[in-house]
Amino acid sequence: MGTAVRPFEFIGCLELREMLGRIAWDERELLVGIEEVPADAIHYHSHSYFLRSRYLGAPYPNDFATWAAIQVRDRVLGERLAVIDPFDYGDLERLRAELVSIIDNHLTTLQTIPRVVYGEPFDFMRSTIIEIPTGLTARTLREFCEALTQVDLSVVYYHFFEPVRSKDRRSTDPAVWLEEALHLPALAARVRRLNPYVSSLDGLRTKLVAICTAALAETKGA
Amino acid sequence: MAITLDAYREVVPSGTLDLLRRLADRLRGRSLLHVNSTRVGGGVAEMLHHYMPLFQELGIETRWEVITGDEEFFRVTKSFHNALQGQEQAFTDRMLAAYLDTNRTNAARLNLDADVVMIHDPQPAALVEFVPKRGRWMWRCHIDISRPQRRAWSFLRPFVVRHDGAIFSLPKFAQRLPIPQYLIHPSIDPLSDKNRELSRAEVDGVLNRLEVPQDKPILLQVSRFDRFKDPVGVINAYRIVKKYDDCRLVLAGGNAEDDPEGAEVLREVQAAANGDADIHVLVLPPTANYEINALQRAATIIIQKSTKEGFGLTVAEGMWKGKPVIGGFAGGITIQIIYGVTGYTVNSVEGCAFRVRYLLNNPDIARQMGANGREYARQNFLITRDLADHLALMAASPG
Repeated sequence: MGTAVRPFEFIGCLELREMLGRIAWDERELLVGIEEVPADAIHYHSHSYFLRSRYLGAPYPNDFATWAAIQVRDRVLGERLAVIDPFDYGDLERLRAELVSIIDNHLTTLQTIPRVVYGEPFDFMRSTIIEIPTGLTARTLREFCEALTQVDLSVVYYHFFEPVRSKDRRSTDPAVWLEEALHLPALAARVRRLNPYVSSLDGLRTKLVAICTAALAETKGA
Repeated sequence: MAITLDAYREVVPSGTLDLLRRLADRLRGRSLLHVNSTRVGGGVAEMLHHYMPLFQELGIETRWEVITGDEEFFRVTKSFHNALQGQEQAFTDRMLAAYLDTNRTNAARLNLDADVVMIHDPQPAALVEFVPKRGRWMWRCHIDISRPQRRAWSFLRPFVVRHDGAIFSLPKFAQRLPIPQYLIHPSIDPLSDKNRELSRAEVDGVLNRLEVPQDKPILLQVSRFDRFKDPVGVINAYRIVKKYDDCRLVLAGGNAEDDPEGAEVLREVQAAANGDADIHVLVLPPTANYEINALQRAATIIIQKSTKEGFGLTVAEGMWKGKPVIGGFAGGITIQIIYGVTGYTVNSVEGCAFRVRYLLNNPDIARQMGANGREYARQNFLITRDLADHLALMAASPG
């Protein structure tokens, strides 16, 4: 089993949430809001959503879908927004464009604009992520695996969800480290195939630990 | 004796305390000042008593200053408190002058120098007018000011906007302001008397003392006897359930002696109970935290059927005890309950009855929802998350 020259540093994070003072009472206002809010707000409602749902996979996997389905009670739009996987879009502007397109298309099929009757309006928010190095590092796969089981779940979030906003995503990407520092391209590929969008942070950690443990066992058996 | 941070290690998510200590290390040498209007009584004072030792243990130089004033000042601030929450109040120029004079006097008297100054609620909000500001001043508003009486808000707003930011418990409690507005939910202390683990014997002891038998499922609502908490609606929901499923209803509330409206609502509740031996209306003193803890732990389902609510931390308390919660669609209840995952929000007496029946008849689902609720509370509504939010605020403030 190899030892990396460059250790992997586990970084956790905290989120400071800021209200933008903008709300939507109907789906047209949601659409216009998505068009106009800063990209950070799109990130907040689609990516850092997972930082707030660490253990529980909520019924819909982003704030836009949740609002449409639960508050407006428009299941159709909720489903269409839920199926968007933000990891399919290289940057937040492409994700924003897709959201706008879906809502716009949905509204053209309706006679009236669905709005909140019994529910609550959509509050646009954004957040500042405060990085906190945990002090934990790994030079081997075993150390990587052990550290993963101990860290705060914000570490999992930081390394899988936050790179979307980061310019220097390679230095924090665990798959890059596994491939380049530990020379484990097959394991790196398996990690890349994990889709963070379809489970909670805890579920993602469990899957990560499982595939790393399996890789450890394979190495032992080889 | 103050509870130390390490005591939380057993109950908070793994890694949380290490993260807090790491961030606090980065903030070492920076100071935090809390300013409010009382050291005893009220939710803010209680919260600060819990926070202070923890901040200090984290190595953050933290102080707590309290403004003082005469009877007239506190009469005015009580009126502000009510007016900002939408009640019509009368304000004379003399009252407003008394408010400003007291803030001016306190600004001269108190040491308000710190890197981050946290001003709690309206009482000290005008201090910012009378001192040279060095650090970052934040106005922490604990009440719902979304529909204030215009005169009161027009008077207070110029002082609020002189702060560097405002903090609200929920987006829907906020106002339009030209300064950044942050969101920090309130929290519960899992090691306090109201929330700490209790043994079976302790729970049994309390329920025996309160004469609540545990021979059938218990539905529990803990709240003041206040019409907005809809205790009569809860009784009506119980009666619908009772036709099909045997259960007890416990309505536990605070002592209503000094609250004429509370006493009236209590009489209405007792009349609605109409001598039903399975309805227990308990009037508990404000210090009955241990008793409330035991009742919540003995309950099968926690209800908080408010029609108007603040944050409604009784929901987080119930979830922390691993119970499914049925709550009214109001205030912070809607962000604490994940519909169908940790409980249900309901909009009517019938909806409440339907969900109670569903959970009573599906105990496995109720158990799973309770377990989900405990994890959700652990992640989102414990005091350590609150500490983390405050540290994040300090870290994001220019040093």
